[in-house]
Amino acid sequence: MPNLNDILIMLPEFYLVAAACLLLLLDAFMKPEQRSVLHWLSIIVLVVAIYLVIAGQPEHAVTAFGGMFVRDEVAEILKVFALGTTVLVFVYARPYLIDRKLLIGEFYTLMIFAVLGVMLLVSAGNLVTVYLGLELLSLSSYALVALNRDAPLPSEAAIKYFVLGALASGMLLYGMSMVYGASGMGGTPTLDLAQLHHVMSYTKAPTLLLFGLIFMIVGVGFKLGAAPFHMWIPDVYQGAPTPVTAFIASGSKLAAFGMAFRLLDSGMGDLSHQWQLMLAVLAVVSLAIGNLVAIVQTNLKRMLAYSTISHMGYLLLGLSAASPEGYAAAMFYAICYALMSVAAFGVMLALARAGFECEEIADLKGLAKKSPWMAFLMLLTMFSLAGVPPLFGFWAKALVLEAAIHAHMLWLAIVGIVFAIIGLYYYLYVIKVMYFDQPAEGSVLQPKPDAPLRVMLSLNALALLALGLYWGPLLGWCRHAFGI
Amino acid sequence: MFNHLLSLLIWLPVVGAIPVLLAGNARPNLARWLSMLVAVLTFVVSLFLLLQYHADAGGMQLSENYLWIASWGVHYGLAVDGISVALIVMTTFVGILVVAGAWEVIQDRPHQYMAAMLMLEGLLIGVFCATDALLFYALFEAILIPMFILIGIWGGPRRVYATLKFFIYTFFGSVFMLVALLYLYQKAGTFDMATLAALPLTMTEQTWIFFAFLIAFAIKVPMVPVHTWLPDAHVEAPTGGSVVLAAVMLKVGTYGMLRFILPIVPDAGAHFAWLVIVLSLVAIVYIGYVALVQEDMKKLVAYSSVAHMGFVTLGIFIAFLLVRESANTDMAELGMQGAMVQMISHGFVSGAMFTCIGVLYDRMHTRQIKDYGGVINVMPWFGFFYMLFAMANCGLPGTSGFVGEFMVILASFAANPWIALFAAFTLIIGAAYTLWLVKRVLWGEITNPHVAEMKEINGRETFVLVAFAAAVLALGVWPQPLVHLMGSSVSQLVHQLAIRKI
Repeated sequence: MPNLNDILIMLPEFYLVAAACLLLLLDAFMKPEQRSVLHWLSIIVLVVAIYLVIAGQPEHAVTAFGGMFVRDEVAEILKVFALGTTVLVFVYARPYLIDRKLLIGEFYTLMIFAVLGVMLLVSAGNLVTVYLGLELLSLSSYALVALNRDAPLPSEAAIKYFVLGALASGMLLYGMSMVYGASGMGGTPTLDLAQLHHVMSYTKAPTLLLFGLIFMIVGVGFKLGAAPFHMWIPDVYQGAPTPVTAFIASGSKLAAFGMAFRLLDSGMGDLSHQWQLMLAVLAVVSLAIGNLVAIVQTNLKRMLAYSTISHMGYLLLGLSAASPEGYAAAMFYAICYALMSVAAFGVMLALARAGFECEEIADLKGLAKKSPWMAFLMLLTMFSLAGVPPLFGFWAKALVLEAAIHAHMLWLAIVGIVFAIIGLYYYLYVIKVMYFDQPAEGSVLQPKPDAPLRVMLSLNALALLALGLYWGPLLGWCRHAFGI
Repeated sequence: MFNHLLSLLIWLPVVGAIPVLLAGNARPNLARWLSMLVAVLTFVVSLFLLLQYHADAGGMQLSENYLWIASWGVHYGLAVDGISVALIVMTTFVGILVVAGAWEVIQDRPHQYMAAMLMLEGLLIGVFCATDALLFYALFEAILIPMFILIGIWGGPRRVYATLKFFIYTFFGSVFMLVALLYLYQKAGTFDMATLAALPLTMTEQTWIFFAFLIAFAIKVPMVPVHTWLPDAHVEAPTGGSVVLAAVMLKVGTYGMLRFILPIVPDAGAHFAWLVIVLSLVAIVYIGYVALVQEDMKKLVAYSSVAHMGFVTLGIFIAFLLVRESANTDMAELGMQGAMVQMISHGFVSGAMFTCIGVLYDRMHTRQIKDYGGVINVMPWFGFFYMLFAMANCGLPGTSGFVGEFMVILASFAANPWIALFAAFTLIIGAAYTLWLVKRVLWGEITNPHVAEMKEINGRETFVLVAFAAAVLALGVWPQPLVHLMGSSVSQLVHQLAIRKI
């Protein structure tokens, strides 16, 4: 029987389930014109969840339900930022959703369930929890992508996402079953990640274990969107409503990092010499495909999709170091990327109007003249994504490069840096369009007169500058989580 | 206040740019006066710095050191030696003239232009006083952002091409330096430049790091064959952008060589000094010829900048030869000293040349040499200044251009007469392209009717040109204060060259 302590450890999660169900109920009894209340309630729900996560932080890592659920500092940090970026997505999304008559309860409930999936995933202590969290996140995301169900593009994107996602989940499950089998050959079969850590030392079927590992890496690669498992990213980014894209590019990436860390380090840590090179190869391919293909994109969302792929390459650079320093750098990178991408999509959301998605790069023409502040925020975000100091993105890149050099993979760092130069072009191109081009005839390009959106977006983008100037505490926190 | 003089110098223009930005498009005059105020204040503070610095003592002074990022051991470390002080004062001096030069010339969003200029100024000052390698790198890269905006918004017709090329080209160089710095961090556990200087490194390591540094700084200087971004950037940049680019930004490259290549990889530097010397001579001779055939005035001066910066790199690396092969520290000091004087002098001369071209461009909206001719007939005062700066550009004794070049040639003669022979070519080629430019622009009959309508320089332009002229003549006639300011720092650098790490 679960005791009270177990429930207390999982309090934020239980609380979110209850809150999401209540919101769903409330929505059913609410008149359509009162839906704004739901919006504010959802934000309050998430803010309270952040409070619960921080306030209940245990001194040392604790587990609940027989090791199924781990609550440690890594999970705490990822949860705080996943919840935080989701709050930002909610704030940015409101005017957009109102314009498109999509301000419905389902959006909020599904988003909260998706965040719940993130929280489970990053706290997983068992292969079953990994799968549970992943599916909760994925299924909610599939539905969210298809939120605007009457439009053809979102539906197509959702189906693609679902089919490919199901395939990847299958791969992951297949890998997990092999690992489970391998753990049973020579010992008691187990799904517990902590026990699997040493399975290599006693299993009689190391080949089976390695096969399982490879299949699991495919699953992780899919969730991260690392090439060659990136096929879904551009279509989903483009097809999904922009707020959903913002979530997939931020909270979901934090989850993917958590999942990679749990499976590969907590679970398969003894095999790190095996998966290090696999991740390095994934990193190189992602950097190459992401950066090169992004150059030719004309759609901003697709461009950012390929940029995500390349950023996941950098994240993998840190992961493939397979050291606490490397994990800390990768987590720092994931947080940095989440903040940057949510800001980039935030600008698009601020500028979008009914019938105008503001998703072509050319739509931003002359933004610096029409709305200098929005252009400035986007400028900060683009320079940060490109990794130009003194912005946040630069330090994240420097950290993962340092981790790679530290792990004696100087070549990987050099590959990373070469693609950073190539990647520079398409970010600069966006700035060029905003600042150096004249506005198109009759272009409106005014941000929404929505005060919370403007304030939060400004804070979000300025945080990229502020964190670029002083990122010590955040790094210290990330490193502390990994015991350094 | 004096404890944080350097921080004040960096942050005054950077923070001062914010009210300028807030003045907005609607109040351009407020933005102009505010930025002038900030620029003048910064200059005044830099004069304080000049007073506070003890030239005789040498070494790093006025240092500020705070732990910036604890978990990575990055410091917010600032300090200056004589070379930095000279460069900083030059930067703040040019800063005022750039603001004045853009006064009514920039009509489109002047507040943003001025703010970008001020930020650029602050970041450049930061580069000249950083003592932490990562801080240096961050500032070194950050200066690209305002420059990118300056060229891209207020530049000429091909500004987008030029500014993208400028940004990507220079970024390309510097990222390898980042890898080198991260590698050094692995070895030393710190980014402190003084500690890195004392770090023992094998020859293989030194070679790799040397080339990583060299790519970064050679692109910035720029040296042949990686100079191709410079003519484009100069031609398309607005006048103020060109002035800052030529006068200050190019110096960041040679300054980086002094701070990184010399102390951290001295053995590789000595081993490959011949390479840099050859490239410098190619810049002096070949690029001189290239300048000769230019039809665009700005391009001509841009190429002449490459040639003149060749003297700076020559002076720095000739010191390697002198110290390591003949232990001739006196001559090495002379060469290095000459390189430093040349850096400062080129800052004033090229800044003045670009300002002159800007004056012409504002009236005629063309930079083609063939469109001019007989300008002296309508603008005698302008002609006077133009002639003066042209003379300084070809190194006439009595102007600042002469001092540095002469010292470098003298030092190279001690190392190898052949080097001196090629370096001395500049006296002929430099005179050829500059005088021919002056002949075609100033003298002769007025063939273009538009030239006849040109107005004499106004008070603001006169102020800028007089300031430049005063600096050029003062350094030319009496370089001693500058030499004294940098003297002990230069000899410390040269003594460091003698220390072998392997």
